[in-house]
Amino acid sequence: MKFRAKIVDTACLNHFTRVSNMIAKLAKTCSLRISPDKLNFILSDKVASGGVSMWCELEQENFFSEFQMEGVSAENNEIYLELTSENLSRALKTAQNARTLKIKLTNKHFPCLTVSIELLSASNSSRIVTHDIPIKVIPRKLWRDLQEPTIPAAEVSIYLPLLKTMRSVVEKMKNISNHLIIEANLNGQLNLKIETELVCVTTHFKDLGNPPLDSSQNRDPEQMAEVHIDIRKLQQFLAGQQVNPTKAICNVSDKMVHFDLLHEDVSLQYFISALS
Amino acid sequence: MPLITTQAEEENDYSLVASLDNVRNFSTILKAIHFREHATCFATKNGIKVTVENAKCVQANAFIQAGIFQEFKVQEESVTFRINLTVLLDCLSIFGSSPMPGILTALRMCYQGYGYPLMLFLEEGGVVTVCKINTQEPEETLDFDFCSTNVTNKIILQSEGLREAFSELDMTSEVLQITMSPDKPYFRLSTFGNAGSSHLDYPKDSDLMESFQCNQTQVNRYKISLLKPSTKALVLSCKVSIRTDNRGFLSLQYMIRNEDGQVCFVEYYCCPDEEVPESES
Repeated sequence: MKFRAKIVDTACLNHFTRVSNMIAKLAKTCSLRISPDKLNFILSDKVASGGVSMWCELEQENFFSEFQMEGVSAENNEIYLELTSENLSRALKTAQNARTLKIKLTNKHFPCLTVSIELLSASNSSRIVTHDIPIKVIPRKLWRDLQEPTIPAAEVSIYLPLLKTMRSVVEKMKNISNHLIIEANLNGQLNLKIETELVCVTTHFKDLGNPPLDSSQNRDPEQMAEVHIDIRKLQQFLAGQQVNPTKAICNVSDKMVHFDLLHEDVSLQYFISALS
Repeated sequence: MPLITTQAEEENDYSLVASLDNVRNFSTILKAIHFREHATCFATKNGIKVTVENAKCVQANAFIQAGIFQEFKVQEESVTFRINLTVLLDCLSIFGSSPMPGILTALRMCYQGYGYPLMLFLEEGGVVTVCKINTQEPEETLDFDFCSTNVTNKIILQSEGLREAFSELDMTSEVLQITMSPDKPYFRLSTFGNAGSSHLDYPKDSDLMESFQCNQTQVNRYKISLLKPSTKALVLSCKVSIRTDNRGFLSLQYMIRNEDGQVCFVEYYCCPDEEVPESES
C-alpha cells in the first residue's frame, strides 16, 4: 500500500483545509477512502434509529498537483483508513500560508498519515512542519460497510433555505425539545417543527423550489412529507456548514432525511435516519 | 404574510393582541428580569407588566407600555396569565440572539383568553415562526406595599457607575449591605466574604450621582443571591434609582432605553435580610 500526494496551489490548499474543518465538525472519527481518482470521507453509522451517515467526495485532480496511490492489491486498488478527523484539521491549520503540502502514508512505530508543510518565512528561507496523524488501516472484509450509499427514494425533494437561518432556529429549538419534525412538500415549502406538552414551535420556509423528482408525477404538491429526527444530529450537521453551499437539496421520506450538498466541487451526502 | 392576515378576522374577540416591528424592544426588557422559570403577565390598555418572584423576598417587574407597540389592544379591564419565561424568551429570540445590523424581526402576539395558549408570530426575511405556548393559572404576586410617602432615602445614579461593582460582587458573602446616609459615607455597598469585608463608597457629590436625597442613616442587608440577578437590568439601563423605606425594604428602578430610543422601566423590590443596628456600620 502506498500513498503520496502534494498540493502546491494556495487556493487548493485553503479549500482542502475548509473541507477538513467541515468533516471535523460532522464526525469525530471517520473513514478515509483513497482511490486513483477520488478521496472520500465516510461515516457509516450502524445505529438503526436516529443515527447519521455521511459520504463526502472530492476529485483528487481538483486539489493535488501530484497524486500516487497503490491500493491493497491490483484488483482492489483502494486504501481505507480510519482517523480522528480533528487531527487532520489541526495539522492543516499550520498550512495557512504554506508553500507546499505533502501527505503520505507512513509507518513510524504505527501506521500514520504524515502531513508535511513547507512554510516560507520572511527571509525567504523555508522550514518544514511535520504532523504524524495516527491511522488504522481498515481490513478489506469491512469495506462493504463503507460503500457509496444508494440514494433512497424520497417522497419530497426540496432546495434548502439559507443555512444560517436554519442554524439559528434549530439552536433555539434544541433548548425546548430533542425531537424535531422536518416537513416538506413539492410546493417549495419546508417546515421545522417541535412539539412538547408546553409549547409548539413551527418555522415556515416557503418559495424554496423543488428539484425535479421522478416519483413526483402523481403527488399532491401541497401534501407534506415528514420525518422525525433527533434535533442534535441536525444541529451538528448545520454547524459543519459554515460556508453557504453552491447547491443544497433536502430529500425527505418518513425513514430519513438526506442532505445533498455541493461545496464548490466537493459533494457531501448526509443522512439522518428517523427516530423510531 | 398570508399566515398573519387570516388571523386578523378572528382576533376581534381576543383578550390581547399586540404587534411590534422589532421584537427586541420586548425581549430585551424581559431578559432583565429572567431569574426564574415562570413569570406572571398582567396586561391592561396601558401596557404589559411581567413579574418574576423568588423566595417571597424579591420581586422584579418589567413594564412595557402600550406606546412601545405598533399595535396594542386589550379587550377587558385586565388580562392575567402565568407563563414559562424561559420558553417565551427562547421563542422571541428564535431567529437568533445576536442582532444582525439592519435585520429586524417582527412580532405579533395574541392571547385569546383564559385557558388559551399565548400565540407568537415572528417574521424575519420572509420566514415565519409560529409559537403556541401554554399558559397557566396566574398566581397572586406579592405586594411589597412600597409607597413614596414612606421612602426615607433616595438616590439616582448613572448605571455605568454601579455596573462594575455589581458584576464583581463577592458572591462568597451571604449579604449585600447597603448604607445610605446624609453624612459620610453617603452611599456604601459592603460585602463580607471569605477573603474579608469589602466596602465601596460613592460620595454624594460624585459625577455619577444625579440626585441624592437621604434623610436618615440606614444600614440594611439583603441576601446577595436575591439581588445578584438585578445586574442584568443594571447592565441594560442608563440610570438607576435606589430607594429604601422605613422598614428597610429596597426598591431599585432601572431606566432602559431600547433600540428606538424609547424608555422602559424595570424595578426590583427586595426585603431586608435582618435588622442591623446603626452602631455596627
